Amino acid sequence: MGLLNSVKKIMGVETKPAQVAMEKKAEATKEKKPVTNKIKLGHVHMSGCTGCLVSIADNNLGLIKILDDYADLVYCLTLADVRHIPEMDVALVEGSVCIQDHESVEDIKETRKKSKIVVALGSCACYGNITRFSRGGQHNQPQHESFLPIGDLIDVDVYIPGCPPSPELIRNVAVMAYLLFEGNEDQKALAGKYLKPLMDLAKRGTTGCFCDLMDDVINQGLCMGCGTCAASCPVRAITLEFGKPQGERDLCIKCGSCYGACPRSFFNLDVIPEFESINEIIADALKEGESND
Amino acid sequence: MIEDPYLGKYVTCVSARSTDKEILKKAQDGGIATTLMVYALEEGIIDGTIVAGEGDKPWQPKPEVAMTREDILKARGTRYSISPQISWLKEATRSFGLDKVGITGVCCQMQAVRKAQLYPINMRDVPGKVAFTVGLFCMENFPYKSMQSIVEDHAAQSLGSVKKMEITKGKFWVYTERGNVATVPLKETHKYEQPGCHVCLDYVSNLADISTGSVGSPDGWSTVFIRTKVGNEIWSKAVAAGLFETKPIEEVKPGLDLLRKLAKEKIDKNQKTVEERKTFGVNKGLRNPYA
Ligand SMILES: Cc1cc2nc3c(=O)[nH]c(=O)nc-3n(C[C@H](O)[C@H](O)[C@H](O)COP(=O)(O)OP(=O)(O)OC[C@H]3O[C@@H](n4cnc5c(N)ncnc54)[C@H](O)[C@@H]3O)c2cc1C
Ligand code: SF4
Ligand code: SF4
Ligand code: SF4
Repeated sequence: MGLLNSVKKIMGVETKPAQVAMEKKAEATKEKKPVTNKIKLGHVHMSGCTGCLVSIADNNLGLIKILDDYADLVYCLTLADVRHIPEMDVALVEGSVCIQDHESVEDIKETRKKSKIVVALGSCACYGNITRFSRGGQHNQPQHESFLPIGDLIDVDVYIPGCPPSPELIRNVAVMAYLLFEGNEDQKALAGKYLKPLMDLAKRGTTGCFCDLMDDVINQGLCMGCGTCAASCPVRAITLEFGKPQGERDLCIKCGSCYGACPRSFFNLDVIPEFESINEIIADALKEGESND
Repeated sequence: MIEDPYLGKYVTCVSARSTDKEILKKAQDGGIATTLMVYALEEGIIDGTIVAGEGDKPWQPKPEVAMTREDILKARGTRYSISPQISWLKEATRSFGLDKVGITGVCCQMQAVRKAQLYPINMRDVPGKVAFTVGLFCMENFPYKSMQSIVEDHAAQSLGSVKKMEITKGKFWVYTERGNVATVPLKETHKYEQPGCHVCLDYVSNLADISTGSVGSPDGWSTVFIRTKVGNEIWSKAVAAGLFETKPIEEVKPGLDLLRKLAKEKIDKNQKTVEERKTFGVNKGLRNPYA
C-alpha cells in the first residue's frame, strides 16, 4: 500500500467507497506500482553550503523510501553524474545567486525554465541569509560581491525556510508535491492546502530577519508570547523579556526562521487542526518494508 | 468522535480530579495537568515535560524542562501571566537529550506545537519527539505588569503574600497565605489583557492531546477533554491505574452548557476583532494570520 491509498478521511472529504474497494483489490493482487508514477526531483546548488542537501539526506531511510516509491532524483551534482540541468517536476534550489557570476545567473534562469515547481530550499535561497552580509573584496574573485535570494531573479513557487531547514519539512513538501502531481482530486486538494502557506511566504518577499517579529507580529498586535520564535532561532538571538521577544540583532543571521515558525505568522485553520490525520498519512507513506518494487 | 464548533474535536469529556493528595494540596483545580505529567513520566510515556515553573519574581512563571516528579509539582497553580513555554521545545531535544517530550500550556501554545509538527521551520527533530501535550483552557492572559497592577492596585494585595489567584464568576480572586480574600470585577481588568489574546479563536485547547480547565466543574474538580489517540490511551491507562476520580460531565453542574457558552462568547468576540482588523485603517487593514 503506497501513499496514494493512504489518504482516507481528511478535512471532511471522505474517500469514495469505490476507491476503498480498489485499494483492497490492489493489496490483494500485490500490484506493482509502475515506475512512471514517480515524480522527477532535482537538487540545484547555487551559492549554498550543501547543508540543505544534508538536511534532505537526514531523512535517513525516509529519503530512500521516497526515492524508491515516489521520486527519481534526476539531478544533483553532489550525488549523481548528470552534468546539466534537466527537466524537473520539482527543483529544490539551495543557496542564493551571485549576480557577478555569469554561470550562476544562467543556472537559476535555466532552473526556472526546466521546472514545473521551483522550491527555495533553505534560508539562503529564500532570504539570502548569511550571504546578505557579502560585500566582495576577497581573493580570488574580489568582485563577487552581490548575492540575491533566488526569488529576486525568478518566480519561486514554494519556500522551505530554515538554516538549516528541518529534514521533516523537506520530506513533507516532497510527499505533498507527489500527491499534487499523482494524487486523486482529494489528495491534490490536501496537498494544495498544505503547501499554500509555503507558497504565500514565497509571495510575501525575499527578506528574513528578527525584525519580521517586530514589523509583522508585535507591531501588528498579534504576539501572544508563546516563545516559539526563541526555540526556532539557530543562533539564540532571541530571548523573551516579560513574555515578549527581544532580538540580539547583531547575532541574527537573517534566516527568517523565527517569523516562519511563529504561530501568528501563518496559522492555516484548514490544515493544522488536522495534525493527527496528516501526521498519520505522512508516517504511512514512509513506512519501511512497504515498497512495491 | 464529537466535533463541536466551539469545543473542538474530542472523544469524551468528563469531570475529574486527581486521587493524589499531595498533588491536590497546591493544584489550581483537580490537579489534572500535574497528575497526567507525573504519570506519563513514571510510565516512560515522556522523559521530560515543559511546565510553567517558578520565576525570578513572585507569580512570574518561568518555562522549564521538568524531568522529576518534584519539578513537575513545583509548577502547580495558575499564573495569570505570560510563560513562553515553547521557547524550550527544541532545546528539550538537544542538551536535555529527551526522546519523548511532554508540553503543558495554554491553547496558543498547543497551536504552536502542532504547527511545529506539521511545518517545522528550524525545528528539526521536534515533530517526532513531541510525545504528549496537556492544554489548559484560557480566556485571556496578562503581561506581568498587568497582573501586578491588578493584584497590587485593584485588589490591594502584596504579591509576596498571595497563595492563589483565580478568575471565576466574573471576578479576579486573590487569596493570601494568611487567609484573606480580595476580588476585582473583571470589567476593571479588561484594559490590562495581552492584546494578542484578542485574536485568539480557541478556548478549551482544541489541539492538545488532553485539555483541562476549571469551568464546568465544581471547585476542586476539573473539566477534561480527551481528544487524540495519544490522549485516549494515556487517559484510559491512568484511570485504570486509579489516578483519577471521574464523573460523566452530563451529571455535573454547571457542566458543558456553561463551558460552551463561554467558548462561544470568546470565539465570537475575537472573530469580530479579526474581522475588524481587515478595515482597521483607511483603505488599509491589519494582517490576519488565519487568512
Ligand atoms: C493564563 C491562563 C488563563 C486561564 N483561563 C481559564 C479559563 O478562562 N477557564 C478555565 O476553565 N480555565 C482557565 N485556565 C486553566 C486553569 O486555571 C488551570 O490552569 C487548569 O484548570 C489546570 O488546573 P490543574 O489543577 O489541572 O493544574 P495544576 O495541576 O495546578 O498544574 C498547573 C499547570 O498549569 C501550567 N501553567 C501555570 N501557569 C501557566 C501559564 N501562565 N502559562 C502556561 N502554563 C501555565 C503549569 O505548567 C502546570 O502544568 C487558565 C490558565 C491560564 C494559565
Ligand atoms: S532572529 Fe534568529 S531565527 Fe530570526 S532571522 Fe535572525 S537568526 Fe534567524
Ligand atoms: S513566536 Fe510569534 S507569537 Fe510567539 S512569542 Fe515569538 S513573535 Fe510572539
Ligand atoms: S487567550 Fe489565547 S492567545 Fe491569549 S494566552 Fe490564552 S490561549 Fe494564548
